[in-house]
Amino acid sequence: MTDMPDMPDVPDKPNVPEMNQPALISTNGLSVEFNISKTLFNPKVLKAVDGVSIDIPKGSFFGVVGESGSGKTTLGHALLKAKPIAHGSVTYDDGEVRYDLATLAGPELKDYRKRAQLIFQDPYAALSPRMTVRDIIAEPLEVMGLTKTRDETDARVREIAAKCRLNLEHLRRFPHAFSGGQRQRISIARALVCGPQFIVADESVAALDVSIQADVLNLLKSIQAEMGLTFLFISHDLSVVAHTCDHVAVMYLGRIVESAPTRALFKAPKHPYTKALFSAIPSLDPDDRGRAQKLTGEIPSATNLPSGCKFHTRCPFVQPRCKDEEPVLEGVATGHSVSCHRWRELAQD
Amino acid sequence: MNLLDVENLTLQFDTDEGRITAVDDVSFSLAPGEVMGLVGESGSGKSVTAKALMKLNPRNAHYGPQSRISLNLEHGPVDVMALKTPREMAVVRGGAVSMIFQEPMASFAPAISIGSQMVEQLLIHSDLNAKQAKALSIEMLDRVGISDAATRFNQYAFEISGGMRQRAMIAMALSTKPKLLIADEPTTALDVTIQAQVIDLMKDLVAEFRMGIIFITHDLGVVAQTADKVAVMYLGRVVEQGPVRSVIRNPQHPYTQGLLDALPKLDDLGAPLRPIPGDIPSPLERPSGCVFHTRCPKSLGRVCETDTPGWSDTGPDHRAACHLYHPGGQT
Repeated sequence: MTDMPDMPDVPDKPNVPEMNQPALISTNGLSVEFNISKTLFNPKVLKAVDGVSIDIPKGSFFGVVGESGSGKTTLGHALLKAKPIAHGSVTYDDGEVRYDLATLAGPELKDYRKRAQLIFQDPYAALSPRMTVRDIIAEPLEVMGLTKTRDETDARVREIAAKCRLNLEHLRRFPHAFSGGQRQRISIARALVCGPQFIVADESVAALDVSIQADVLNLLKSIQAEMGLTFLFISHDLSVVAHTCDHVAVMYLGRIVESAPTRALFKAPKHPYTKALFSAIPSLDPDDRGRAQKLTGEIPSATNLPSGCKFHTRCPFVQPRCKDEEPVLEGVATGHSVSCHRWRELAQD
Repeated sequence: MNLLDVENLTLQFDTDEGRITAVDDVSFSLAPGEVMGLVGESGSGKSVTAKALMKLNPRNAHYGPQSRISLNLEHGPVDVMALKTPREMAVVRGGAVSMIFQEPMASFAPAISIGSQMVEQLLIHSDLNAKQAKALSIEMLDRVGISDAATRFNQYAFEISGGMRQRAMIAMALSTKPKLLIADEPTTALDVTIQAQVIDLMKDLVAEFRMGIIFITHDLGVVAQTADKVAVMYLGRVVEQGPVRSVIRNPQHPYTQGLLDALPKLDDLGAPLRPIPGDIPSPLERPSGCVFHTRCPKSLGRVCETDTPGWSDTGPDHRAACHLYHPGGQT
């Protein structure tokens, strides 16, 4: 769905060579639902992710942005098979193996765990305070039985720690001795140690100070280039996403409302929600105050979804049609699609 | 006359590992209706400085003998350092000074309705009776843009969303009509869209109530959007201060320059992110001389390692504590 072959070319396309790669992860109509009934006879489901179709090309840095409650974390979990898939399909194909996640089980699921890993948001909560850094990084190897001897484990831990720019002297220490940036490097080493192909980084720099954030982002980028990994980068911070990702999908209430190569998206956002997200970023220019086209209200509850276009309750360009009819994702240009009834007229203003 | 004068504030904590310096010789002032941004990484001492203004720091805190904090209120100046008993401190805690915390979920009591908490502080800090306090609270909730304020008044913090909670927090902080508002990372836990709404709300309220605001944040974009002047802190020291335009457009201290370089910028997506090298040192291993010399790309060598830099004027009202502007390093 992200590939629209017959659409006009955008000048920025050459900046995303990865988009020509085959998809490592491909979803089609993926939905994740949670049962929230209070009684047996009154079934009620919350659709956290609703009909998402994306292709994540091999070797790309794929960004997902949206407010809290937009379903971006649940999407990441579903791609790791950490949340049940209610409808639709997720296919993983790295050239060696091909898995259909909806039916994956047994030894194949265990194999998938080695190939897909998660980096958490909060490096203070993600590391056990009672384990040394060496044990934290080595644990996945031992649990998955990837190494046979202790020497082999140690060698692998040292190799990955060096890649993540951790001081090897520090491997014997406990996490409390480290700052936020160092802890996040430990979390990254732990996720990488089993040699995965696909990494979900869920708000991995949100808890960090700006200078450490820059350091961790640079580290992720260099590791990705060096090891040829594919990232799903979940963030609420558009400026971080703009700097790291090749392709960005914007989510709102469980749906993708716009998806485009990063430069095309930031140059000419089409969906009113994307535009509102951009204008809400505080500008560094003190004379540029209050220019923003502000969004009123808050994201509606997923238990009580609006009719028609899910964004109509907050959209400044709402029309009667938006309340009744749900828009579908349409192609704007190569790799750029948007789900809005009025994007063509709005683009002319 | 200034609303607030802080002079030579020094604050140390006794810990199991020894005495650490959290705030080191910090001075600044704030006029009524002025917004000052206090910026720095975690561990720079910005929250501790703000809490000192209300003497909210724990018992193991030691204030330096030269420290002076004075608040100029209508009925005369208050020497905050001289306040000893809780009764004396009630003047600044919630009365003349209010604080908005970062985590609105953690700062409301979960088992008491939002309304009761708002009324409680009004009963302590004002002459209103319970009925008037309730009316004022509902009015304030309405003013900060909470719809159906009378219903929200009876609800609990867990029943409303994060953005709404932060609005309720602001309504509560403003209902006692403070002269000074301390906002400690008030928008950090919020989505950008809600952050933009809260920033607008705070700007409107400053214009109307004409109070002084100390806005603590690590986000230079938020500072650029809200503050009149900025103080940049590193390891307990203010390293640069000045008007917001001049500090952000023309940063003088290498630390401020580093913070700005590390920010991802939307107008130049191809620019590399340049982190400040190294990590912020542990307060137990406080560097000698200029506290930033261990990470400074422009370090001059010995003078930075041994001598504490004094202030150099680098523009109108704009000064930096750096040897680059003060050859010789005399203070």
